[in-house]
Amino acid sequence: MDIAIQIFPVLLLGAGVTLKLTVISVGLGCVIGLFIGLARLSTKQYLRVIGTAYVDFFRGTPLLVQALIIFFGIPQLINETQAWLTATYHVPKIVQNFRFDMWTAAIMACSMNSGAYIAEIFRAGIQSIERGQMEAARSLGMSHVQAMRYVILPQAFKRVIPPLGNEYILMLKDTSILSAIGFVELTRRAQLINAEMFAPFPIYMSAAFLYLVMTLTFSRIVDWLERRLKTE
Amino acid sequence: MIEVRNLVKNFGSLEVLKGINCRIREGEVVCMIGASGSGKSTFLRCLNLLEQPTSGEVYIDGVCLTDPKVDLNKVRRKMGMVFQLFNLFPHKTALENVTLAPMKVLKLSPKEAAERGRALLAKVGLSDKADAYPGQLSGGQQQRVAIARALAMHPKVMLFDEPTSSLDPEMVGEVLAVMKNLAREGMTMTVVTHEMGFAREVADRVLFLHEGQILEEGTPGEIFNSPREERTKTFLSKIL
Repeated sequence: MDIAIQIFPVLLLGAGVTLKLTVISVGLGCVIGLFIGLARLSTKQYLRVIGTAYVDFFRGTPLLVQALIIFFGIPQLINETQAWLTATYHVPKIVQNFRFDMWTAAIMACSMNSGAYIAEIFRAGIQSIERGQMEAARSLGMSHVQAMRYVILPQAFKRVIPPLGNEYILMLKDTSILSAIGFVELTRRAQLINAEMFAPFPIYMSAAFLYLVMTLTFSRIVDWLERRLKTE
Repeated sequence: MIEVRNLVKNFGSLEVLKGINCRIREGEVVCMIGASGSGKSTFLRCLNLLEQPTSGEVYIDGVCLTDPKVDLNKVRRKMGMVFQLFNLFPHKTALENVTLAPMKVLKLSPKEAAERGRALLAKVGLSDKADAYPGQLSGGQQQRVAIARALAMHPKVMLFDEPTSSLDPEMVGEVLAVMKNLAREGMTMTVVTHEMGFAREVADRVLFLHEGQILEEGTPGEIFNSPREERTKTFLSKIL
């Protein structure tokens, strides 16, 4: 218990990082998910293909592998392309030893990954709205975009709050995977402390406790939101 | 005002409309009757292109709707539509249901739209329900809000798709009363209905649809009292 109290402030710092990363990533993931979800419902075939390919890739490969590709793979690709262009075509050097900083890589990996899941959530939400809603809006002279914006999406958003809350909780826990690329969030922080003090039980239990506090708080917020937005 | 030429609609290999020709004049109330599956709802939905006709032309005020260059959103403003299942926007209050399209499509200010909306809710007898959500209203009240919502775009013609078919019997009257009022004010109306009493009393002309064609048309007196076609007689004897 002494150890738990002693390390708590440092772990709390890690929890702050985890929370910040999750909020930013799920926020960006919602933006990505909305566009990808709409693309998958589009009447234009090329948009559907792009949307489906995106979801297939980011849902079908592990977050860890995606993070490794972004953090290590893409900088290598950029640097080698630059070297090749310079050597072959004497293109002046635009980038030198390109690399992402940790936060950028972490946010990219998490938001693109959750974007794929959120796209599916939005798609299901939009499809669950009765066809008559779109017809009523169009019969009043609204364009497809206006009908989506003022009639379909507001109703769909309300329906997807529970699965979105679920996605948020999954992402909050999944950010721990980024400890593998050296991003210091809550899990990595606990590992670092453990390396110094070697007291795995109190340290990892404290980390678990902090995750639990965050996930439980969030599910209560979702419950409250759901109740508040009920109109019937 | 509305002219339909040789309208054909297929769903896959199923021929639902087999070449319909019809004219609806300004101020006229036309009721369409017929068995379910006769194509009357599909015909109505082809008039504002909620269903894309397979072939044929639909004109409103001389504008050809089936011309791909036509701005459908603009033409649809001229035609209000009332649905069997009301299709009110459940996330908006009665007043907001009525004011949404005038604000977003006609760019009315919120104040102008609200004035128009309240006047229309008063007209359908629902002034006191302006702030209620559709889920808090009875079926009859919802359908009256839906009529007000369609009227808010100041349409030149109103299309009714079985407006009372999903209502409890005791609520049918209040909706029909609103429709009768509209007819009396000279609104051009096309009504798909099973309410023969309404058709007899209000319609200028009744169309009997059978297997995707207008089999018989005439004044309510002609259709209901002395139908020429055997099919019409059979249909009427079943439901009257």
